[in-house]
Amino acid sequence: MAYDGNDKVLEEFTGKAYEFGFTTDIESDKAPAGLNEDIIRLISSKKEEPEWMLQYRLEAFKIWQKMEEPDWPHLHYKKPDYQAISYYSAPKQKKQLNSMDDVDPEMRKTMDKLGISIEEQKRLSGVAVDFVMDSVSVATSFKEKLGELGIIFCSMSEAVKEHPDLIRKYLGSVVPTKDNFFSALNAAVFTDGSFCYIPKGVRCPMELSTYFRINESGTGQFERTLVVADESSYVSYLEGCTAPQRDENQLHAAVVELVALDEAEIKYSTVQNWYPGDAEGKGGVFNFVTKRGICHRRSKISWTQVETGSAVTWKYPSCILKGDYSVGEFYSVAVTNNAQQADTGTKMIHLGKNTHSTIISKGISAGKSHNSYRGLVQVMPSAENARNFSQCDSLLMTDTSGAHTFPYIEVKNPTAKVEHEATTSKIGEDQIFYCLQRGIDEEQAISLIVNGYAKEVLNQLPMEFAVEAQKLLSISLEGSVG
Amino acid sequence: MINIKELQASIGDTPILKSLNLEIKPGEVHAIMGPNGSGKSTLASVLAGREDYDITGGSVDFDGQDLLEMDATERARSGLFLAFQYPVEIPGVSNINFMRAAVNGKREHEGLEPIKGKDFLNLVKEKASLVELDGRLRNRSVNEGFSGGEKKRNEIFQMAMLEPRFAVLDETDSGLDIDALRIVANGVNAMRSPERSFLVITHYQRLLDYIVPDFVHILVDGKIVMSGDKELALKLEEEGYDWIKEDVSA
Repeated sequence: MAYDGNDKVLEEFTGKAYEFGFTTDIESDKAPAGLNEDIIRLISSKKEEPEWMLQYRLEAFKIWQKMEEPDWPHLHYKKPDYQAISYYSAPKQKKQLNSMDDVDPEMRKTMDKLGISIEEQKRLSGVAVDFVMDSVSVATSFKEKLGELGIIFCSMSEAVKEHPDLIRKYLGSVVPTKDNFFSALNAAVFTDGSFCYIPKGVRCPMELSTYFRINESGTGQFERTLVVADESSYVSYLEGCTAPQRDENQLHAAVVELVALDEAEIKYSTVQNWYPGDAEGKGGVFNFVTKRGICHRRSKISWTQVETGSAVTWKYPSCILKGDYSVGEFYSVAVTNNAQQADTGTKMIHLGKNTHSTIISKGISAGKSHNSYRGLVQVMPSAENARNFSQCDSLLMTDTSGAHTFPYIEVKNPTAKVEHEATTSKIGEDQIFYCLQRGIDEEQAISLIVNGYAKEVLNQLPMEFAVEAQKLLSISLEGSVG
Repeated sequence: MINIKELQASIGDTPILKSLNLEIKPGEVHAIMGPNGSGKSTLASVLAGREDYDITGGSVDFDGQDLLEMDATERARSGLFLAFQYPVEIPGVSNINFMRAAVNGKREHEGLEPIKGKDFLNLVKEKASLVELDGRLRNRSVNEGFSGGEKKRNEIFQMAMLEPRFAVLDETDSGLDIDALRIVANGVNAMRSPERSFLVITHYQRLLDYIVPDFVHILVDGKIVMSGDKELALKLEEEGYDWIKEDVSA
């Protein structure tokens, strides 16, 4: 039955394609602007998805249509016209440049500062790389090694086809479609993403990163990520790219779901550096992300994020501490400069007994940007002896920037212990002068001070990532004291 | 080494330094004493290049260079050091990383490669022993959670690391007990050399028992009103500033 339905859809679609002005040639494969059931059918069929996936998407679309874009965040932006966006443009061949001389010099400068190797720079800039064969074999050898341990690490598209049982079981189990406006939109139109499964008792021997999945570059817009750590397993997952990829996509609405089964541990690190737009914020990315993990008994989920990009950020990586003795952690550094706006934080939902959560948030605002921390610590009646410690610090670099803190605490169990500390400070002229007097130039002084301020969070990142994140912080704040 | 001529500086509309003259030759130690608000710390800040002050007149020659034309970083890299009256805390930045950035800044200025890790650690070890700064303090964040005495010892440690040609000590003795004072003074004395000059700013003669100056100047109302040798400091200690003020106004 399902197949019949699918065929019909396909047939219908092929008939309609021309009507939509849908053209396929070697260079571009793009759906017309707008969102409706036909577009969703198009996405699903282009991706050769099974019927259940199509139904999942259509259901999400129905839900999304009834929802409204949230206006409670401390953000001011022109709401996107969702009918003016094209929801499918893959597999997009990036324009191939012939040599590094063709790459935007500004971008090259930044990549040099980040210390990205020339070969990696070529890859990121879309320059034809000679050693592709090598890279592929490197990626393959990683895959083989992971495969021996039973670890699945592949694109979401592949997972839908190859591992339907796992996907059907867990997709949307942590972030249900109806969770919010953006998660519903994502469920309807997500184009790709990553899937990772760590079997029982396996400790993943390397940091998993989209970095290794070379074929996945350029999938940005509506990413869907699902990480499942089976009982007593461990995985550290890195997301993001530290190069200033100038994505033309204005809107990013990703969903990340983490499932930590009994005694499992997931460490999820993000460095986000989407294009923040020009000094006025024009052309920057809108980043509306839903990230949530569920912790079963004695499991642990740790979110670490360094957010320096995007014109608008709306993001609250959260933990549902369902199992007894489970642990949730959130470490965040969010930098805003120029006209950037960020409303970010976390939610820690304590359901199980003896659950612990820690929140360390460091906001840095420069230019005329606004940086908000928004967090919820919720202790439900069942959560005996729940513990939370929250620390929210804000650092202002200029007189024209703003820092805001919106902590919500809801405690419904009298045995809970919840601590909240918050500070706001302006970067000290005294601190800068002290550095200058020791012969450290201003740029380096700011870098030292800011990195020192964010150290608790940066320390949570895997080594190589931490080094890049440090450089990124300095670059984001260049010439920003006032 | 340094030649200050008719230096005038103000904050906003308030003049603080009013035509100050002072020449310090290589190897000399000069002390400046004076009542509160006479402009001692302003002099230190102006020499170090703090931008809160407007320089309204005069000149400062630093080994043939126009000091007032240089920014704070250039001054430091050219060999001017200020030991702060209130050393600043920089949370999350280890003392040792801070010093490494400072040492490499100076080396860059001198056209040298960044210092090698091993050489740097040896240097730290050698200089830290001068002021008995233990390993714990070297690895902690800059001045964070240091006691008053530890902060001042850290200043002298940093001075020893950077080997300046000219060092200004701004009330380095304030808040020190007698043991810390001796340690700090020993550190300074160990660095005295025919090529290095010091300007020691202090309220109290006590410090000058340990760091014996070649010259003592009295600063009152933004001007040096009297100069002498270390006997002048002793006289001040006994008789206070009143007789000078009378002398000056007479």
